[in-house]
Amino acid sequence: MAGIDYESKIPNNVNLSDDRRLQRALEHWQPSYLKWWQEMGPDGMQEKDIYLRTAISADKDGWAHFDYVKMPDYRWGIFLSERDPERKINFGDHLGQPAWQEVPGEFRNTLRRIIVTQGDTEPASVEQQRQLWKTAPSLYDMRNVCQVNVEEGRHLWAMVYLLHSYFGAEGRDEAEELLARRSGDPDKPRILDAFNQPCDDWLSFYCFTMFADRDGKFQLHSLSESGFDPLSRTCKFMLTEEAHHMFVGDTGLERVLRRSAQLTLLDPSGDARAQGGIDLETVQKFINFWFSYCLDLFGSEISSNAADFFAAGLKGRFMEEKNYTEHTALGQEKRVTLWKDGKFVDESVALRNAMNEVLRDDYIDDCVNAVRRWSKAVKDEGVDFEVTLPSRRFHRHQGIYAGAFFNPAGEPISQAEFEAQAAQWLPTDADKAYLRGIMHGVYEPGKVANWIAPPRRGINGQEFTYEYVKL
Amino acid sequence: MAHDSAHLDLPPVSFDTAPERYHHWKLSVAGAVATLTLQVDRDAPLRPGYDLKMNSYDLGVDIELADAIRRLRFEQPQVRCVVVTGGVPKMFCAGANIKMLAGSAHGFKVNFCKFTNETRCEIEDATAHSGQRYIAALNGTAAGGGYELAEACAEIYLIDDGFSAVSLPEVPLLGVLPGTGGLTRLVDKRKVRRDVADVFCTKAEGFRLRDALKMRLVDGGWPKSKWDQAIADRSQAIVAANGAQQPELGIALPAVARTQVREGELETLAWPHVALRIHHDKRWCELTLRGPSEPAPQTAEILHAQGAAAWSLQAFRELDAALLDLRFNYPKIGLILLKTVGAPDAVLAHDAAITRLRAEGAWLAREIQLHQSRVLRRLDNMSRSMFALVEPGSCFAGTLLEIVWCADRAYMLDDPDGANAIALGHVHAGTHAAHNGMTRLQIRLYGDPEGLAKLQEMHGTLDAPTAEKLGLVTRAPDDIDWEDEVRLAIEERVSFSPDALTGMEQNLRFAGPENCDTKLFGRLTAWQNWIFQRPNAVGERGALPMYGNPQAPVFDWNRT
Repeated sequence: MAGIDYESKIPNNVNLSDDRRLQRALEHWQPSYLKWWQEMGPDGMQEKDIYLRTAISADKDGWAHFDYVKMPDYRWGIFLSERDPERKINFGDHLGQPAWQEVPGEFRNTLRRIIVTQGDTEPASVEQQRQLWKTAPSLYDMRNVCQVNVEEGRHLWAMVYLLHSYFGAEGRDEAEELLARRSGDPDKPRILDAFNQPCDDWLSFYCFTMFADRDGKFQLHSLSESGFDPLSRTCKFMLTEEAHHMFVGDTGLERVLRRSAQLTLLDPSGDARAQGGIDLETVQKFINFWFSYCLDLFGSEISSNAADFFAAGLKGRFMEEKNYTEHTALGQEKRVTLWKDGKFVDESVALRNAMNEVLRDDYIDDCVNAVRRWSKAVKDEGVDFEVTLPSRRFHRHQGIYAGAFFNPAGEPISQAEFEAQAAQWLPTDADKAYLRGIMHGVYEPGKVANWIAPPRRGINGQEFTYEYVKL
Repeated sequence: MAHDSAHLDLPPVSFDTAPERYHHWKLSVAGAVATLTLQVDRDAPLRPGYDLKMNSYDLGVDIELADAIRRLRFEQPQVRCVVVTGGVPKMFCAGANIKMLAGSAHGFKVNFCKFTNETRCEIEDATAHSGQRYIAALNGTAAGGGYELAEACAEIYLIDDGFSAVSLPEVPLLGVLPGTGGLTRLVDKRKVRRDVADVFCTKAEGFRLRDALKMRLVDGGWPKSKWDQAIADRSQAIVAANGAQQPELGIALPAVARTQVREGELETLAWPHVALRIHHDKRWCELTLRGPSEPAPQTAEILHAQGAAAWSLQAFRELDAALLDLRFNYPKIGLILLKTVGAPDAVLAHDAAITRLRAEGAWLAREIQLHQSRVLRRLDNMSRSMFALVEPGSCFAGTLLEIVWCADRAYMLDDPDGANAIALGHVHAGTHAAHNGMTRLQIRLYGDPEGLAKLQEMHGTLDAPTAEKLGLVTRAPDDIDWEDEVRLAIEERVSFSPDALTGMEQNLRFAGPENCDTKLFGRLTAWQNWIFQRPNAVGERGALPMYGNPQAPVFDWNRT
């Protein structure tokens, strides 16, 4: 495969210098991107030196380089995983045919929609998080939110590369639209709802990187199975970056929970809030909120789009090649529990139509593992509290359970019952105000806010006390 | 699954509804602006077997729309602008429900499309003639039939939110046509350039505001924060331009009730002025319309006081109900014998009064005549053979004489005392245009301009031989031949292939040049109905049944 061209304006491993059309398109887009970054990237942080990792190769090992960088100077580039010239389409109706190096005409619109929907989430999260650094509980965390943001920016580049390379004028239009939409803007909102929710406190940020970026992991995995090879290779490399984002969320929540347990014990009446911390129940509420919103991201339980994507070989299952032996998914069914006329009805759905639910199952399993670890961490601190995930039916806004009311255990309840208890299950305005009240930026190296435990280790082998951001 | 209720134990389709019973539309009126909000109840389909997801529609949704359009004209005549908008987030309307279409028998699909087409023509009719201008306020995506509904409106506005689009995805997604006027109105009404239309009709996801404006698919748009105000401003501007002179008081449209009696093979549906005698075994029916027995209303006040009970309105509302009953609930009845009972002078007197009151500015008189015209056009569009039987005691005069010319043939008894007569009125000169914009007399005498000119000067009664000579009826048998000739004609007619007859009749009924409406009911509908029969659309692996299923459709690549 081609090595990284790190000298040109846009670092890449796709021989950009040989493709004048693409080069021109991307160089035209680059100033718009930087303008967007200045407007919507971390607010007031653009001139600071931050200890960031930069992708410098697509190799499995040693792809990252760590150094102080001002974010606008970050080398956003185009990196695809290595190409396998023998690669075949490994699922759907085109099973066994050579993977496509160009977009098949009949799938062009569908593929573009998939790429735009994925691409739209990347800048959205940067926008959602642009004020967060100010209230970071430590320089380590401040650095992490910036790292996550520059990489989301790079993921946007990755999607824009695909749009520019393979989708002509329409692709270029869509690339501009990706910079025109704004998270939470009533006039130009981002495509998916979870990416229009405010993410302005650190508990939300950890939940977001834990749950929303984990959705990203599963979406990228299923797209990395794609028969459209450039998409597959792009997503494979994005996954290596995404892992750190989930790490930030997963360990962030664990640190909050551990500290909450410690403060609960510390307080004579067991009230973590009285000690300036966050009570475990509040953390649970945020988990409930974000987990349920992120379940929506997988789409409807019964979906003709999902079936079409699978049939066409555009979007496979999580670990399609590794985890499955049968790859047409024909003649098979999946049981889906519907909520119809006030009762549960088990229905057999053609497997291809249930692909969103298959992916959601894998996602939930992954989340369950994390929650188990957090519960153990809380118990290790000496507090008897079980962190849980709400039922997949709870608080849904998309799919077959949207519009009905369920408690976190997934039992049907009336709207009145839901509303009466919502404050116990979901963050209230008072909870959010409380968090804003205790979250003040801690800017001294090695120091950490009272409401969160320090991380077990630092970044790239550095100590927690390292000066991750030069303010 | 089949939706022809004759084949199933399903209740007959009822067209009787009213705003307080709507499932899917909300009708609100504020002064001269009415708002029709589509918020489909997904759990209230007309027939079991599908959910009305994504604000998609079925016949039940369209029955309510047609009812609302009609009521706005009669019950809210002060309305000058009707805003058609969506009541669910992000999706104005996804068009006709695909599962419903895929599960419907061919005949139901055809009649569903015809009814929805007629309803959209009624929107345009209200805009053109009733001073009620429809604007589509697309606050979400309008796909397929959703965009076609917008096309029927005089103006289309699309929200600028970064994802709402207009689209006609039928060809790329479903292997059928946007058959509710979609293709025709693009190039004939909105005058979208044909190659631009080609691009639009093959891009499933459609176009958002910026491109849609460039392509003339919409007339404007605003972001969400400005949307409500902009639509309100636009509708007020329409009201101002459309001259809401004085508050008009509407009339109520109560349900048109009928009785139903079945004795063996004979079933009788009876309304106060219309009777439908259905001979199930013979596959024909007699549709008899009773002329007026009350004196004609001579002032606008009297007409208004009569309201829906005025003969000119009531009789035609009943006729409309009978025609829809025949279409949806009696698909096997292939021949309609059109009859009237009453005094020709009385019909002419009612016609004259209504016409005079309309000329004097009475809105209700205008609406009554427009309604009569629409019902006559519904009659033109019946996919049944129609013979008019002009017998002594009948009242084929003026507006009712138009019925004779809607029919494929007219038999008029040449009775010995010469009493059997038809009567020409003034309404033939242009009051009741057919879909092609011509009068039925012009269509009938397309090859005889001199005869037409002469007839347009004539008024009063004509006996059978004269009517036959002037080309106004097909045959005028005398009393010796009458019975046999009529019997043979009926028996022969019901023995022919119903498909061939429908095709033949539709091709013969509309002589003269085409316009947007005739293309819609002729060209677009005919192609759609052909495609609806083809394996590429409805075969086991056709596009319609495969839509939403895990496998892609399989096409026969032969071009026909």
